[in-house]
Amino acid sequence: MSVDPHLSGLAGTVVHDVIVPARAPWLHHVAAGQTLRIVDLEGNQAVDFLLYAANDDAERYSAQDTVAAQGNLFLRKDTVLRSNEGRPMMTIAATSVEYHDTIGGACSCESNTLRYGHHTKSQHACVENFLEANLTEGRGKRDIVSNINFFMNVPVEEDGALGIVDGISAPGLSVDLHAEMDVIVVVSNCPQINNPCNAFNPTSVRMIVAG
Amino acid sequence: MTEVLANPIAARAHARSMAGTVVEAMPVLPPVADDLPAGVSGDALLWEETIAAGGYASRRLPRGARLRLVDLKGDACASLLLFNAEMPTERLNVADTVKVQWNAYLGQGKLLLSDMGRVLMSILEDDAGTHDSFCGASNPATNAAKYGDGTNSGPYPSGRDRFLLGVAKHGLTRRDVHPCITLFKGTKIDPDGTIVPQIGPFEPGRSVVLRAEMDVILVIANCPHVLDPREAWTVTPLRTTAWRGPVTPADDPIRNATPEGLRAFQNVEDYFRR
Repeated sequence: MSVDPHLSGLAGTVVHDVIVPARAPWLHHVAAGQTLRIVDLEGNQAVDFLLYAANDDAERYSAQDTVAAQGNLFLRKDTVLRSNEGRPMMTIAATSVEYHDTIGGACSCESNTLRYGHHTKSQHACVENFLEANLTEGRGKRDIVSNINFFMNVPVEEDGALGIVDGISAPGLSVDLHAEMDVIVVVSNCPQINNPCNAFNPTSVRMIVAG
Repeated sequence: MTEVLANPIAARAHARSMAGTVVEAMPVLPPVADDLPAGVSGDALLWEETIAAGGYASRRLPRGARLRLVDLKGDACASLLLFNAEMPTERLNVADTVKVQWNAYLGQGKLLLSDMGRVLMSILEDDAGTHDSFCGASNPATNAAKYGDGTNSGPYPSGRDRFLLGVAKHGLTRRDVHPCITLFKGTKIDPDGTIVPQIGPFEPGRSVVLRAEMDVILVIANCPHVLDPREAWTVTPLRTTAWRGPVTPADDPIRNATPEGLRAFQNVEDYFRR
């Protein structure tokens, strides 16, 4: 029997294992104590990520509370992903990439018109995925806040200059998230083709929940 | 209770006797300001208020209005939420604001962008230079941890709780308190991502002037910055003055400063094409 390298080191029983196609949304409830592993199957794929508390979805991931609490912009191993009420939602238990972004936000049809021009308005975008997934559970536009971009690199220069630059991921690299409470995970497997976040070629990612 | 105030007529007289009291933090109605910029008539005034240390205010301002914020004593901390007044599901998007402008530091000429690719407000003038788009506001938990209490009813209210009250007065709820920006208290980012707070205290009287590019609802919370290192809960009053002004013309230098910003203004102009 061959060993699946993407399951290596994952504790507990695999309860969910799915490949999210390029450009697609994904929504899943992860229980406290379970671990979500995200595998960047082909490399250089940004995974846009939001979290809601399962029992009260007005409590949700807060990029600002997360970075303020740790005094650092980058999400690394042991970063606690905090809610808008300051509570731990998930912890980065392991990551094969040094850091992840949470200041770059999600691409949208509307922001694409600013960044690239109005010719991009009809292209698919992460906010479309976030809306599609959230609408299935009664959430809407008001529920979309600053997100995490796993495997995305957004350095800030001395003068504040900032931009999405080449990815820091490679095929098979992964991040493990330990749920500190019952959470709803909403993901957009980023369809952006106008900047380097997906190496101009969106690809599939694998989501594995164990525990 | 004194006997005289047990009588409703006496209680009324007592309440009415307070009229005309002047305190440091209060609105001035009708608005009066003796330091408006040259060329601005007193008739154009929309709002004059001093927001208390730890206080908040919310206000609807029309497209073209100018909003001047003054850090009266050097320790104001103006955290700001912004909504499209006629469709508040459209609101400030801090991530798009820094990403679209390719820069994380707010200052003169920068735009505050909505999640619909439009500019809600622009920064006309800034002599402060220390602002924050990363850390957001304090919340009851962070204030309880630092100061021993973080409730609205206690001595150390948090920015988030002030926001909640401010949005509620426009019919909005917990879902609407979005990531904010903070003016007057700043952050700088080291190469390794370390957030370096710039808390001051600064010289009194620093100011920022914003221009409303759409009809907006703004909510301002004036509570200590979440990374304020001082042991004591420290914040001083914030003055707000707003006046009517012309809608941004086609030859405006801020409108035309960058291709991304120009498209944000074009999206605003398209929205108002009706």
